[in-house]
Amino acid sequence: MQRIGVFICWCGSNIAATVDVKKVAAAALNEPGVVFSADYQYMCSASGQGLVKDAIREKGLTGVVVCSCSPRMHEATFRKAAESCGLNPYMVEIANIREHCSWIHKDVAEGTEKAVILMRAAVAKVNLNQSLVAGKSDVVKRALVIGGGIAGIQTALDIAEAGYEVDIVEKKPTIGGKMAQLDKTFPTLDCSACILTPKMVDAAAHDKIKIYSYSEVESVSGFVGNFTAKIRKKARFVKEDLCTGCGLCTEKCPSRKTPNEFNEGMNTRSAIYIPFAQAVPKYAVIDPAACLHFKTGKCGLCERTCDAKAVDYNQKDETIERKYGAIVVATGYNVIKLDNFGEYGYTENPDVITSLELERIMNAAGPTGGALLRPSDKTHPQKIVFVQCVGSRGQRPCDKPYCSKICCMYTAKHAMLIREKYPDTEVYVFYIDVRTPGKNFEEFYRRAVEQYGVHYVKGQVGKVAENAGKLRVYGSDLLMNEQIVIDADLVVLAAAIEPDESAKKIATMLTTGIDTNNFLTEAHPKLRPVESATAGIFLSGVCQGPKDIPETVSQASAAAVKVIGLLAKDQITCNPCVARSDELLCNGCSSCEKVCPYGAITYIDKEVNDHGKREVRRIASVNEAVCQGCGACTVACPSGAMDLKGFTNKQIMAEVDAICR
Amino acid sequence: MSVEHESFKPTIVAFCCNWCSYAGADLAGSGRMQYPANVKIIKVPCSCRVNPTFVLRAFQRGADGVIMCGCHPGDCHYSTGNYYTRRRMTMLFDFLDFLGIERGRTRVEWVSAAEGARFASVMNDFVKNVTELGPNRKITDLRTKPEHKEGE
Repeated sequence: MQRIGVFICWCGSNIAATVDVKKVAAAALNEPGVVFSADYQYMCSASGQGLVKDAIREKGLTGVVVCSCSPRMHEATFRKAAESCGLNPYMVEIANIREHCSWIHKDVAEGTEKAVILMRAAVAKVNLNQSLVAGKSDVVKRALVIGGGIAGIQTALDIAEAGYEVDIVEKKPTIGGKMAQLDKTFPTLDCSACILTPKMVDAAAHDKIKIYSYSEVESVSGFVGNFTAKIRKKARFVKEDLCTGCGLCTEKCPSRKTPNEFNEGMNTRSAIYIPFAQAVPKYAVIDPAACLHFKTGKCGLCERTCDAKAVDYNQKDETIERKYGAIVVATGYNVIKLDNFGEYGYTENPDVITSLELERIMNAAGPTGGALLRPSDKTHPQKIVFVQCVGSRGQRPCDKPYCSKICCMYTAKHAMLIREKYPDTEVYVFYIDVRTPGKNFEEFYRRAVEQYGVHYVKGQVGKVAENAGKLRVYGSDLLMNEQIVIDADLVVLAAAIEPDESAKKIATMLTTGIDTNNFLTEAHPKLRPVESATAGIFLSGVCQGPKDIPETVSQASAAAVKVIGLLAKDQITCNPCVARSDELLCNGCSSCEKVCPYGAITYIDKEVNDHGKREVRRIASVNEAVCQGCGACTVACPSGAMDLKGFTNKQIMAEVDAICR
Repeated sequence: MSVEHESFKPTIVAFCCNWCSYAGADLAGSGRMQYPANVKIIKVPCSCRVNPTFVLRAFQRGADGVIMCGCHPGDCHYSTGNYYTRRRMTMLFDFLDFLGIERGRTRVEWVSAAEGARFASVMNDFVKNVTELGPNRKITDLRTKPEHKEGE
């Protein structure tokens, strides 16, 4: 028989205002196994925990029930307290009488009655609790970062600086991500490439960082501290160890009509190409869809041109397997497709562009060499209209419900830069709200309005139509309550951003949560913003939600700290609430093995002693380090051999009985 | 009838998975979203941990309704657990219906950790349905209910 102590927390008035705690404490003494009960104002405080510890020592308690807030809040606190005075931490259970009782009920009689029942269920469970010992598993001291944008680079650099190995897996031929495409950054107007490319070089040069560019993570198995990832290195058709990045092949290549991804398709590139001059790693890559050799079997000019003999048309995809202790997802974002936004005529009219396209136009390495020219006729636009919230904050199926966060600021930046460089240009910005929460953001926006004379119009654009070589923009000015028509030369759409399409696949692969907008879900929105709900998986950058560069870098470093904290441990404690098979009851049917999502169950031939009869039987065996404790196998087991420690059939039945009593 | 309904307070057992719906219930609590005190939550690691025998046991012991909450399909913390729940419970509820335990007394719902309001509205709706159905007497083991013994 257990000797159980029941401790009822007032939580100030959070619980005590709706639950008669004295009554609960008195009722506890009538429950089987309960030898002690007490109530206290703040059980989680040092003195409250002291009360629990003293009772464990003085009354010789073998089990503890704390009636308090959610176990998600303080279960760990009380288990630690119990452990500190020699009681197995898994002999402690929490009855959640705050979130599940006092906060949702107003009537004291009703609240007290429910609190008593919840306490009774917890006592019934503890009566059947058994001491559990958590196993240990080794930590592989290497991290995997999926995505090589600024988020991934920063995370990798911070982890590497702490002395741990990091692999960056980037699906594109170069790291750098979206930030490499930007011209200037707000609100300081730093040159984006000038602050990013040194970091790219640092990452490539770091002896602890290995970059797998043009590669994708194909599958991940394992668990915190011990993941195994399969990485597919896509064939570049260029040997990385030989290519010097001289670029001669790209000049000689006769196939030059492929839209250049780096310039958002506004100019073309050759079939063998280097994404951009500062690419890291700087190796050429052949696009087989465009290459004449792959299409016709002829050509072969690049192979003949290359002095280093790096071109290899027979290269195949290569899959490598690596072990990691922690994984950081930094898959970033894309600008949404604008096919469904017919009102702006983006797909029909080349002079309707996205802000990212404008970014390339204004960049010295861009398609126009940095000159602001219309894509259609390469003339200088006199009148430019910016449209905010294209696809953001909308209710239609093609819209995103959220704010993309960065658009207000980059539009102010664009408007300011254009007015600075071409003072003869008139600039209009149609906005719903201007959102500038950030250090020096509001001041930056005010400068655009006051110093640079950008016309901000509160209202939306209903239609953009071509009219005699110009773009007629029909909009509304909500402050003046009038319709306005502007004949513009260039229309720039601040299109919403969305998580990269790979995010969903990767989330599934890593069994982490994803929200309705395909952003990865953090473990707690306030207190655990860079961890995913799955142990050992961390989030960095826009894959978790829209954010600008400074925020991305902060989060990237935060994720790195979490990874370092994990890798610094030689061993980690496993969850002891895992499945266990009763070898005498198991009939070796394989039902449990089939439902296990982790492959934690294998079958072994083992000699068992069945009531004096010794024989070798095929029975289920659970790998406790791999089992995550979901319990699917316990229900699938037809003979009742499989049970889940900490949530045994008997324990749950006892809770059911206590509630229905 | 209506008078009886007002005085009748059904016993409801709610199995909530640790990762989504238990957290959703916590969120309903921190948001002070009211739902009836009849609902008593049992925490399980995953909705797939709920053995059909637990549901039978609850009705046997006099529960008037049993609800299971898990992560939304595709969002299961253990990737596939809630799919098992969905299939197992479809069969179980059919069977219970055959035994005379109405469909309104059993339910599987998906509530994410972010859906406190949804948790409260699901519980309000479920309690209302079960209250309308009245007390469950179908497979109740009367030996465990001394006060029922005389009434029957």
